[in-house]
Amino acid sequence: MLVNWPMLIQQVVNGLTVGCLYALIAIGYTMVYGILRLINFAHGDIFMMAMYFAFFGITVFLIPWWAVMPLVVVVTTALGVLIEQAAYKPLREAPRISLLISAIGVSYLLENLATVLFTGIPRSFPSVPHFTEMVIVGQVRIQWLGFWVPLIVLALVVGLMFIVHRTKTGMGMRAVSKDMETAKLMGVHINRIIATTFGIGSALAAVGAMLWGMKYPQMQPYVGVMPGLKCFIAAVIGGIGNITGAIIGGILLGLLEILIVYFFPGLSGYKDAFAFIALILILLLKPTGLMGEVVTDKV
Amino acid sequence: MSSILRIEDLKANYGGIEALKGISFDVEEGAIITLIGANGAGKSTTLRAISSLVAASSGAIEYRGEDITGMDTRLIVERGLVMVPEGRRVFPNLTTLENLKIGAYLRKDEKGIEEDIEAVYALFPRLKERHWQMAGTLSGGEQQMLAVGRAMMSKPKLLMMDEPSLGLAPLVVKDIFDTILKLNAEGMTILLVEQNANAALRIAHYGYVLETGLCTLEGTGAELLGNSRVREAYLGRTKAERQSER
Repeated sequence: MLVNWPMLIQQVVNGLTVGCLYALIAIGYTMVYGILRLINFAHGDIFMMAMYFAFFGITVFLIPWWAVMPLVVVVTTALGVLIEQAAYKPLREAPRISLLISAIGVSYLLENLATVLFTGIPRSFPSVPHFTEMVIVGQVRIQWLGFWVPLIVLALVVGLMFIVHRTKTGMGMRAVSKDMETAKLMGVHINRIIATTFGIGSALAAVGAMLWGMKYPQMQPYVGVMPGLKCFIAAVIGGIGNITGAIIGGILLGLLEILIVYFFPGLSGYKDAFAFIALILILLLKPTGLMGEVVTDKV
Repeated sequence: MSSILRIEDLKANYGGIEALKGISFDVEEGAIITLIGANGAGKSTTLRAISSLVAASSGAIEYRGEDITGMDTRLIVERGLVMVPEGRRVFPNLTTLENLKIGAYLRKDEKGIEEDIEAVYALFPRLKERHWQMAGTLSGGEQQMLAVGRAMMSKPKLLMMDEPSLGLAPLVVKDIFDTILKLNAEGMTILLVEQNANAALRIAHYGYVLETGLCTLEGTGAELLGNSRVREAYLGRTKAERQSER
């Protein structure tokens, strides 16, 4: 069989782009899980809200896109912290299952709030020429996004790693994720660390949402559900609680989805199912994920 | 001398049972005070209640003239009332140096922190050798040193230690107790909880015996060591003693 190189390169870049976006959102799941042992089911809906914020910023308030981006990051971060304060902080001493139920509640609340406020009518995310235009190199046609997304994600990951491994707050985060009680005894401000974690996760989801919107412009109030689930799966594949794992899991999942469809076009209708099959396989073969460690559950 | 910590009729529930049924005791400034007793007597719960990790259901905890009952743990640590938890609880995913730095989490005096890290290294040279190593890879004894060093980084006025000898080899236990004496000689007040009653009473100025959530006996270290009830219950009589009783 003759390999169609230009096509294959396009698909790999495409898979990498999607994978990097998955990674960005998966980090939010994995960081929150690392600290609170909570699957934040509202994360995908925070992603959706960020898309709407950007949409309204550009199309209604007519703010230029380069100003909208940081603005959306700030507003989404605030939303993430607000959700933590309102829905999770009061349950700090409660059983973990209550926290999970609260997360599901927040998820439904955001989806329905968006339906009421923004209506369920599908809208189209405004295209930003610098990102959505095509670059043609020889026979390879790639959106500028194919270059920008990996670069932006790389920069954000480097920044995140710096925060986690080189700052006092990051040290606090690592300590809290291992042993919250002892961290308290060291004088670590637990609530501030948790709020910061939600803030960082939401900020990354906001960047992810805007780049996602440029790539897949169709949006409605449930647009965050499927990416949310897939990124949760990416975090599990990488080993939930592990940031590097979430990045690897996200990129792998993105490449897997795109390349399977490329090699087996007949399966394209089942595209969304691959992630779930991958989840089942990883849970059967290596339940702790690729980078996960075996942890005994704390009493 | 005046007391730095005063516990009055402290009651607390832990795991659904009343673990403390009204405990009162005083910690004198500059002294080594020990709480001894069997497993489940409420020794750890007492320390955890003082640190506000467990809520007191009634009673008062007064530290340097201030009522700290129910105060945020962070604020208690800030006031110099610091605890070395049972089982060492170093952060295994942080390096030795980071574990020391996190002990100084509330401090802002960068220079003082650097000096105190050197002071900890002087006390435990092993920690300096292993400063880059993840704390999870240290031996039990080294982890206990690190736990003590980490607590010292919070600049404690009163250091509470929960079972520092637990699971350690006898030689290492001796090291740890020597360190406690050294810190005390430098002026630090120590509240020591131990199942190893013999070792604890030997170094303590004053001790309290806890039994199922109540304080049943108190006295100087020497008095308690000589007390027949204490000997029977916590120290184990020697063969010679048992024979002489016949």
